[in-house]
Amino acid sequence: MTVQAPPAPAKAATPVRRRSVPAAVWLIGPSVVFMTLLLGWPVIEGVMQAFRNEQGFTLEFVTRMVQDPYFWPAVRNTLLLIAVMIPIQFAFAIGMALLLRANPRLNKVHFFIWAIPLALSDLAAGLVWLSIFNDRGYLNSALAWLGIEGVSWLAYDNQTTMFICVLIAELWRATSLVLVIVVAGLQGIPKDYDEAAQVFGASFWQRLRHVTLPLLKPSLQVALILRTILAFQTFAVAQALTGQNFPLVVGETYRWYTGLQNPNVAAALALVILAVSMLTSIFYLRALREKTQGGTR
Amino acid sequence: MADISISNLIKTYPGGTERATDDVSLHIADGSFTVLLGPSGCGKTTLLRMLAGLELPDSGSISIGGRDVTYLPPNKRNISMVFQSYAVFPHRSVRYNIGFGLQMAKVAKEQIDKKVQWAADLLQLTPYLDRLPAQLSGGQRQRVAVARAIVVDADVLLMDEPLSNLDALLRLNFRSELKKIVQDLGTTTVYVTHDQSEALSLGDQVAVMRKGRIAQLGDPLDVYDAPSDRFVGGFIGSPPMNFVDAAVTPDGELVVGDQRLMAPSLLQSFGNHSIVLGVRAENVSVAKERASGHIAATVLVVEPMGSTILLTVDVEGQTLKVQAPPSFRTAPHQTIWLGFSPNTMRFYDRETSMALEAN
Ligand SMILES: Nc1ncnc2c1ncn2[C@@H]1O[C@H](COP(=O)(O)OP(=O)(O)OP(=O)(O)O)[C@@H](O)[C@H]1O
Ligand SMILES: [Mg+2]
Repeated sequence: MTVQAPPAPAKAATPVRRRSVPAAVWLIGPSVVFMTLLLGWPVIEGVMQAFRNEQGFTLEFVTRMVQDPYFWPAVRNTLLLIAVMIPIQFAFAIGMALLLRANPRLNKVHFFIWAIPLALSDLAAGLVWLSIFNDRGYLNSALAWLGIEGVSWLAYDNQTTMFICVLIAELWRATSLVLVIVVAGLQGIPKDYDEAAQVFGASFWQRLRHVTLPLLKPSLQVALILRTILAFQTFAVAQALTGQNFPLVVGETYRWYTGLQNPNVAAALALVILAVSMLTSIFYLRALREKTQGGTR
Repeated sequence: MADISISNLIKTYPGGTERATDDVSLHIADGSFTVLLGPSGCGKTTLLRMLAGLELPDSGSISIGGRDVTYLPPNKRNISMVFQSYAVFPHRSVRYNIGFGLQMAKVAKEQIDKKVQWAADLLQLTPYLDRLPAQLSGGQRQRVAVARAIVVDADVLLMDEPLSNLDALLRLNFRSELKKIVQDLGTTTVYVTHDQSEALSLGDQVAVMRKGRIAQLGDPLDVYDAPSDRFVGGFIGSPPMNFVDAAVTPDGELVVGDQRLMAPSLLQSFGNHSIVLGVRAENVSVAKERASGHIAATVLVVEPMGSTILLTVDVEGQTLKVQAPPSFRTAPHQTIWLGFSPNTMRFYDRETSMALEAN
């Protein structure tokens, strides 16, 4: 650290304080500059793009975004996907993490295998699942082998199966992120608490409800915020599986930007995602806040 | 309430080379208070955890109240336990922690409140009932763990060093308090400690453990008075038992160095043996004048303890600790005379360290 000690005889307080200001500025300066360049500037640029045309401030792009026939289906699909996917994903991840903890043998191998989807790009994951769900894919082949007639899982008029396909693919792809966070959180909880609960007669479900989950809350909070924000951004998997047939908000952003060549509406859509992400984070942080804050040492 | 039968319990931890408990067998009578005593790492916690079902033995069996529970999960054993690490739930209030066992058993709310209040009063925790464990001192947290264990109506109460974190005065108070509580509850209790005074004062029976084995099992006074081997004598008592190399002459006399002692009749059958004489500090009488049957010793250190004076003396090159009455005046380098009464002397084999018995 290069902070200089203030001169010993503090005759006048002001010069001392004034001299220490530049040191602080030097210390935080670089990060402020980087943050401004890398985050602040694009955000401001994005906001301006969404709300300005040649004449100045306008709601023209926002109006166009909302009036687009794909907008509300995209919002609905995104919310539906999140509402269904997140609970299933957390149930899976917590279950898998508890299995890993209960069975110490081989758990390194299992953990590694279960974490593989984390290393896969989402487009690749989408293509993998496309090869399973398309009309001549593995699933239909398997069904044919069993003597069952195949289904056009991804047909544009079959919204339900399309939704289920995207859901399954996303579950497979993204649950491992939650798993990794939950496993890390579980490892941080001493075994004693679970043992004490067992000794005092708690069944598995009682222990889960009264001991494990409350102690896991900080990790769950992190996972929930991350996973929800990322779920708002679901794109490549759905794009690979369904193209335009199952619109999602980020997919719409992409379509406006590349297909329709309209960066202004794309920016407006991006702002919708930003706003919703921020609102959910705030909601989670408030909803899961420690009830007894302030008292702890 | 139930008795406990432990037979031939062997446990080796995964990756461990030595047995944490080595062929332990023990019977604990219904409603009795058994203390497991031993130095750090001798397997006390391991044995207790097997009783609780938190650790499974490699072989051997445990039964509680006549029911084989060796492989039963902890929540099916109807036990309660004070953990060495407390394991007080950090995310819940003291009140919730104390009532946890009752809540799991789905006891009525008013009943829980009443019992929690009772335990909190006993353990002086009432002012802290609505605090979180993080806001308590170590000793208070330990008392929460004790309170949590005594409110439930268990067959067996297991306690792993429940007083280790209290200051000396509080520990002394709680020791007698705990004895009373457990007597009132009438629950079969297994209590782990490495504090020998706690063991002697609390236990109906004391099991002294060493390296995973039970070195001696018995009534506290027996264990103190007649240690079955040198380890037990050296571990129990403060100061520990004195051990002096001695020999038995062919005609049955006891010799320390060149000095002769009155030998009890027990030694008649050990003529011509090298043995170890064990004697407690308070069983050696001291005198300034020579008397028959006494042996000479040189004073090395004088430590007044208030009610007694502790003397460290040298007998024929061997160091002993003896107790003198507070009126006894002496100083280092002086010669004093030590008397041993035959019925307080214990004898041990030089090789095996086991107590000698008449045969
Ligand atoms: N989980 C474990 N894995 C491997 N070895 C263990 C484990 N727990 C204890 N041991 C070993 O088993 C032996 C007995 O341990 P234990 O905890 O029963 O001792 P203790 O008598 O309770 O000691 P203390 O008075 O220090 O608590 C020790 O040598 C210890 O190193
Ligand atoms: Mg221990």
